[in-house]
Amino acid sequence: MIVHVDADRCCGAGQCVLAAPEVFDQRDEDGTVVLLDASPPAALVREVADAVAACPGGAIRLEEGTPR
Amino acid sequence: MATATTTHPAPRGTCPFAPPPAYRQAGPDEPVSKVALWDGTPCWLVTRHQEAREVLADPRFSADATRPGFPFLSAAARHLGGGKTSFIRMDDPEHGRLRRMLTGDFTIRKTAALRPAVQQVADELFEKMTTGRTGADLVADFALPLPSLVICLLLGVPYQDHEFFQRCSRTLLRRDSPIEEVVAAQDELTAYLDALTDHKRTHPDDGILSRLVARGELATEDIGAMGRLLLIAGHETTANMTALSVLALLRHPDQLAHLRAHPEATPAAVEELLRWLSIVQSGVTRVATEDAEIGGVLIRAGEGVICQINAANRDEQRYPDGDALDLTRDTRRHLAFGFGVHQCLGQPLARLELEIALDTLLRRLPGLRLAVPFEEIRFRHEMTVYGIESLPVAW
Ligand code: HEM
Ligand code: SF4
Repeated sequence: MIVHVDADRCCGAGQCVLAAPEVFDQRDEDGTVVLLDASPPAALVREVADAVAACPGGAIRLEEGTPR
Repeated sequence: MATATTTHPAPRGTCPFAPPPAYRQAGPDEPVSKVALWDGTPCWLVTRHQEAREVLADPRFSADATRPGFPFLSAAARHLGGGKTSFIRMDDPEHGRLRRMLTGDFTIRKTAALRPAVQQVADELFEKMTTGRTGADLVADFALPLPSLVICLLLGVPYQDHEFFQRCSRTLLRRDSPIEEVVAAQDELTAYLDALTDHKRTHPDDGILSRLVARGELATEDIGAMGRLLLIAGHETTANMTALSVLALLRHPDQLAHLRAHPEATPAAVEELLRWLSIVQSGVTRVATEDAEIGGVLIRAGEGVICQINAANRDEQRYPDGDALDLTRDTRRHLAFGFGVHQCLGQPLARLELEIALDTLLRRLPGLRLAVPFEEIRFRHEMTVYGIESLPVAW
């Protein structure tokens, strides 16, 4: 599973951190997303998918075709 | 747009916690319907979860109230025309530029670090409310002062002025306030926050207003407008959520018993209460800037849209048996804080305050009960944010 984030679209609501704290964090300065792990283990697929769906800014994307 | 059959706001039905039945009669085959606003203006009403998310995430729907066609939900709101409302009524990139000056203050980590301070505020209010007493008004003595004290602390606003700003924000949030009163409240609050902001220029502290001043990027009136937005949004919402949550739990003894037996379930309970109560009863308004198809309906550029959060959060397709308060259900993706780039900035704080408020009250007052018949509780039908005026309880 490969994860991409687009900090320009991030509105800093922190939904990703709540959904998958192992994979996402927020910058202290402006709350925008920090990707802790761009290729998280398959065991976290549910959490990461949750973060994608919960992100209000559409800032998180799972790379097509990555084995999940 | 053809003529509408339903008016907005529609009256609530027999259950004071449930959204107005008229919003939901639209039903599964009509995700987007027409309503008439208070002055007869037609507007689109989105009542389903999927479509509400689509609209709120779609940049073709603008939050800028100065654009033609923006739906105003009261005469006073139209009169103010979205003036001085800060970034909640702006679009990106300007919205994002201003919002990002604050997001660092409301991250999950920053907010979690506030827990001891918020707990201390709650403990002090609790002591004052309960010492030597067997009953209180939970709104005046606990639910309202808790978030008011916290947002004052964060912004650097003196809490001693709370009666003033609470009165102004109530006037601003009433749909039926006379225009002159709303203008006066807006002007008073603006003058107050502008003066406070200027004061911070010479008397800096570590509050948000001072830090916005220190950035040197914003005029006093822009900082004042942000301060007003945070001050109003930061206390009215959580205060009403707290009071309504306690009332809802007292009316659902099985759910209350579950929560008391499982203290670790408080965060999940807060999410379900947010969904079930969906207190932003006005819905969230946008105007289309281009033609856009939503739920099979063509919305034309310049037409207004209301995303009816309380109906969407009980959409049976997303939340089976959505009318039931079930603290154990899967509440993910509820829309109580909105969706899209305007999704509530203060949500981590609201969650923290609600958790602490419920924990403090329920654990320490095992005999908590209503002190008046349920029928005597007055619900705030005329407010943008739903709630109750007072909640007489005993223990
Ligand atoms: C239970 C409590 C709360 C609820 C239900 C709530 C609900 C909402 C909703 C639905 C929106 C979206 C409005 C829109 O899209 O037009 C919003 C935005 C906002 N809320 Fe909250 N809110 C709560 C607490 C708070 C608190 C405690 C604060 C302040 C610290 C706050 C500050 C804001 C701000 C600044 C915005 C505008 C964000 C933007 O436009 O980017 N809210 N809130
Ligand atoms: S959920 Fe989306 S918008 Fe919110 S912090 Fe994470 S990436 Fe940013």
